[in-house]
Amino acid sequence: MITPELDRRFRDAAAATGLLDAAFDVVSDTPIGDLLVGVTDHGVCRIHFDPEPERELESLARRFGPRVLRASKPVDRVRRQLDEYFAGRRQAFELDWDIRLLPEYNRRVLTQLARVEYGTTVTYGTLAKLTGNAAAARAVGTVMNRNPIPIVLPCHRVVGANGKLTGYAGGLDRKELLLKLEGAL
Amino acid sequence: MIPPFETFYATYGEEVFRYLRSRLGGERAEDAFQETFLRALRAYDRLEHAEHLRAWILTIASRIAIDDVRRRRPHDELDVDAVRHEDARPAFEELAPLTDGLPPKERAAVVLRYGYGLDYEEIGGALGSNGSAARQAASAGVRRLRRERA
Repeated sequence: MITPELDRRFRDAAAATGLLDAAFDVVSDTPIGDLLVGVTDHGVCRIHFDPEPERELESLARRFGPRVLRASKPVDRVRRQLDEYFAGRRQAFELDWDIRLLPEYNRRVLTQLARVEYGTTVTYGTLAKLTGNAAAARAVGTVMNRNPIPIVLPCHRVVGANGKLTGYAGGLDRKELLLKLEGAL
Repeated sequence: MIPPFETFYATYGEEVFRYLRSRLGGERAEDAFQETFLRALRAYDRLEHAEHLRAWILTIASRIAIDDVRRRRPHDELDVDAVRHEDARPAFEELAPLTDGLPPKERAAVVLRYGYGLDYEEIGGALGSNGSAARQAASAGVRRLRRERA
């Protein structure tokens, strides 16, 4: 039997080689459930609700390359900041993100989204305007829906024109919980 | 598609570790295990297809075990009776040390054929050649073992 120590030793060594296309780990027991966190050399590349690791790691492998391995060390920094965020002790994440592979438009919208501050909300229309096309509210909605790094890129802070909570890829309950945690509701 | 390395590791990790432990014993098996999968990780993005992954990782493990054995016990005695007959398939642990002196391709072919019972197509795939090349390598290996013994 491979002991847990040997398993961890191999995973740490593999991460230390710098050869992994992506490392991932599950951050469990957050107020919004278990989260799968993916990290590349460029930064955090994925946060996924209700992780079914099998399926998600195939999608990581398709996007970043086949050398995808669960390893806790590369994810430690993200894990710590998420813990602080959920404990109400952190309002801004100090993390690099890896959104290299997304279309230019998505990157532009997500970069704008990252400037929406803790405890505030913005409408899809406003975010569209800030990204250069006021009529693109629907396209902005699509970008939010496909946001690969929710929470860190705070798509939960984007609401409908009347302030109503509209869709959230992780479910409206989670969106509401995050906004309450931030004191925005 | 090549499976994610995590899946590959989860699928073959235990078997590779069992094999290495039977060859090297517990503590050395742990180092060899890590070395085996790190070596696989280094080559993993250059794999062209996902067939024969088992034969591939076992070949890597067997090379690492052979190097380890050779480093520590340079004067192993040869006994090739074990590989004389295809029907009398010896346990891999008995077979592998006998093949230490073979050239790498022949050694891998003999070990995979007689130790693991892979067919020649599978062995060819694992070694990056083909079935008939694997057959030739295995029989050249067995002939060489007999000559060395004579």
